[in-house]
Amino acid sequence: MNHLIDPNLHIWHWQIPLYLFAGGLAAGILFFAALNTILGRKEKYPVSVKLSPFIAPVLLIIGLSALFIDLNHKLYFWRLYTTIRLQSPMSWGAWTLMIITPLSFIWCGLNIKEILPKWDWKYKVLIDLEAFLRKYELVIAWLILIYALILGVYTGILFSAFNARPLWNTSILGPLFLTSGLSTAAAVIVLMSKSQLERHYFARIDLMLIGIEIFLIIHMFMGFLASTQVHIDAANLFLGGPYTTPFWLFVVSLGLVIPAILEILELLHYKMPAWIAPVLVLFGGLMFRFIIANAGQASRWLY
Amino acid sequence: MRYAMAVDTKKCVGCSDCVVACQTENKVPIGFCRDWVVEVTDGTYPQLEIEIRSERCNHCDNSPCVRCCPTGASHYADGGVVLVTHDMCIGCGACIASCPYDARYPHPDGYVDKCTFCLENRVQKGLNPACVSVCPTKCMYFGDLDDPNSSVSVILKKRKFKTLIPEAGTMPQLYFLI
Repeated sequence: MNHLIDPNLHIWHWQIPLYLFAGGLAAGILFFAALNTILGRKEKYPVSVKLSPFIAPVLLIIGLSALFIDLNHKLYFWRLYTTIRLQSPMSWGAWTLMIITPLSFIWCGLNIKEILPKWDWKYKVLIDLEAFLRKYELVIAWLILIYALILGVYTGILFSAFNARPLWNTSILGPLFLTSGLSTAAAVIVLMSKSQLERHYFARIDLMLIGIEIFLIIHMFMGFLASTQVHIDAANLFLGGPYTTPFWLFVVSLGLVIPAILEILELLHYKMPAWIAPVLVLFGGLMFRFIIANAGQASRWLY
Repeated sequence: MRYAMAVDTKKCVGCSDCVVACQTENKVPIGFCRDWVVEVTDGTYPQLEIEIRSERCNHCDNSPCVRCCPTGASHYADGGVVLVTHDMCIGCGACIASCPYDARYPHPDGYVDKCTFCLENRVQKGLNPACVSVCPTKCMYFGDLDDPNSSVSVILKKRKFKTLIPEAGTMPQLYFLI
């Protein structure tokens, strides 16, 4: 990042934003699965509880692989798990993933007979384990709910903890990334579900989340513009600077405003292809993370 | 004990001897360096003023790099010097992103590297850091701020000085005499 000491000006490339997207999406999917289980809506919204969670472990493994590829000293990755460092967001993230990834596999194990009715665990120990875990399904759901929230917020806190990058150094990124993760998860459920009841329910949730996201983005800019010169410069990366077009076109227009309009029209029973809005939400969520990751590394203190 | 360094911007000529001495002493890989020279020109012609600074890690008292390190590889060593334990570093890059002075770089061997004030290889043997000892204009002062007779304490009592981006709140320990 310092051209005087290092030929590379970016330390984080595609791996980190991809991981943050996958992690946020997995967190959202697991959150809705746990929430609807706790609220006793398993049968009402079956896709969100039983089907969509099967994507979560895949996403978590994609995210973890991206993180691993990002490490420069790969063979020492286990050092993350020889210590707990409360002041380091990355330490929080490593431990959260260590807990939520097995939980996501357990959740899939408990629901596998819903999608593969002929599934047989074969070994007695696995059958016993399933019976044992099923007794504690609600406890597992609560654990997933809590850890999904931590994972979702952490994807933003990872950035916001860096005082050195003014664009990232706003605690609003935590709730913003959590909301965006939940919104992309709602979009995935809308894509997967065939029941109109469930699709409309999650389209309404998504609409609400998009509203919150727009609210948080406005507040993020208000905070920057009311702060020091370097924070104003950080906001200006998006207000006339090099990231203006990608941010307002891909993230705000295509990723938030247009899908919101399409979802409202669909809820008003206009006929249109149901996949457009959720695909746009997913695209916007992915672009959002790439743009924040890149623009943050371009923002710095002046001296 | 609190090690610190002062750089006299009035005496520094920007020759980069400090950079080369550091690269040689610390076997810094080609293409990288742990210290660097900055030239800043202020004012409008013909009233121009130039400031030349030899910069490196500020060994901050409130180091964001130590705080964000997920494994504890970045740590405070003797005298508040910030060091990286190579076989604890996973090369995640968090500390590189966290440093407002951009003083760190990823070493080709995988770990993150930076200025050590030559703590283990020179200072603990009673020598000055490599950059300080080779400076042809003797513009750098190194020592213990807790010792009122150390060269850095003496010069900071005599001269006006500044630190870089104090508003970032990291409490840097690299002083620039102005």
